[in-house]
Amino acid sequence: MSKPLLAVTDLFCEREERILFDGLAFSLKQGEVMQIEGRNGSGKTTLLRILSGLSAQYEGSIEWRGESVDNVRDEFLADLLYFGHQPGVKGMLTPQENLRWYCALHPALQRSKIDEALGVVGLTGYEDVPCHSLSAGQNRRVSLARLYMNQAPLWILDEPFTAIDKKGVAAMEQLLLDHAQRGGSVILTTHHDLAAQQGVVKVNLDSF
Amino acid sequence: MVEETNIATISMSQQFSAALKRDLLLSFRRKSDLFNPLIFFLMVATLFPLGVSPEPTFLADVAPGVVWVAALLATLLSLDGMFRSDYDDGTLEQMLLSPQPLMIVCLAKTLAHWMTTGLPLTLMSPLLGVMLFLPSDAMLGLVLSLLIGTPTLSFIGAIGAALTVGLKKGGILISLLVLPLYIPVLIFGSGAVQAAVAGLPIGGYLALLGAGLALGFVLAPLATSAAVRVSVSG
Repeated sequence: MSKPLLAVTDLFCEREERILFDGLAFSLKQGEVMQIEGRNGSGKTTLLRILSGLSAQYEGSIEWRGESVDNVRDEFLADLLYFGHQPGVKGMLTPQENLRWYCALHPALQRSKIDEALGVVGLTGYEDVPCHSLSAGQNRRVSLARLYMNQAPLWILDEPFTAIDKKGVAAMEQLLLDHAQRGGSVILTTHHDLAAQQGVVKVNLDSF
Repeated sequence: MVEETNIATISMSQQFSAALKRDLLLSFRRKSDLFNPLIFFLMVATLFPLGVSPEPTFLADVAPGVVWVAALLATLLSLDGMFRSDYDDGTLEQMLLSPQPLMIVCLAKTLAHWMTTGLPLTLMSPLLGVMLFLPSDAMLGLVLSLLIGTPTLSFIGAIGAALTVGLKKGGILISLLVLPLYIPVLIFGSGAVQAAVAGLPIGGYLALLGAGLALGFVLAPLATSAAVRVSVSG
């Protein structure tokens, strides 16, 4: 087996004097889908923010392709797509403008695929509507459209299925599996039961 | 293999212009952001003739200071919005996760802030000068000092805005952080206009304002991006 893409050892995080997890360890290989489970407030979002580098309030080590993530920050970020708690969509801009901005931020996103991606997530016809007049689910779809525009080796997705309808969830799950099949890895949190149980690694934060 | 695809790169200038365009577009879509500081600027300057004295000689005396203080307060008023909405909707954290340097985005955001507040204030200042009976010889000095001074206000203000964006009520704290740093700009800015009123050369004042601007241009984006990181990770 190849060496793990992302290896976490002995991760400790404390918030408001409450230990969220201690001694957390897992490793993610290429082509794996990992589901982080846990109660509300068990630190799922915090963990994803730590993994993506948004938060530095942790102890322990995170290694990316065998090197400490702090030393290879730029390479790591170039390989990462993060879908956060907030969709990261500007209400004053149209879906197209939002995605164009993402393309300017991230070299891995392909500008030529914007229209196609918006079509796949079901936003054809809404290209010129400012996002504040779209529904919550549609706003999240704008941000999720990024998943159809890139092949970044690591996707970190925080509750990607929230406010998405059933058909959309099924399409998203298929996308995640396709991505894993192509050799990409996914870390996600969701309270939704994934239809495909095979090949999904689960990490339960309650046990740490 | 996944890693070997899409090795596209974005040059710094492309990223800078994309960020500038985005922020300008956002300001033009939200017209209140554009006009509030200008109206505030006009109102503050109107209060002096009403509240103190409408005497032309008195007004001409205080005009340099009044216009500069009004411009400074109008800038201060607009600072909180600089990173606030990006923080609230999560687009700011996405900027942090870009492999491109955050400094470039901060520089572009600061420039966009100046273009939508400092620049219009500068262009409107002769109107206020006329209202306050500023001698016409001093108009050029007023416009030039604001043209060089207001970008510095945006640069310093960006640091304060970035530091307070993570707080629920950052508005007051920004003023406390930023106002003391604005004092040198105010002194040299209004000094330049006073010198122009007295018919003295203003080159020295403008050079000092320019030095401040150069310093702000080089150092402020660094400090701003570091402050944004602190605010988002907290």
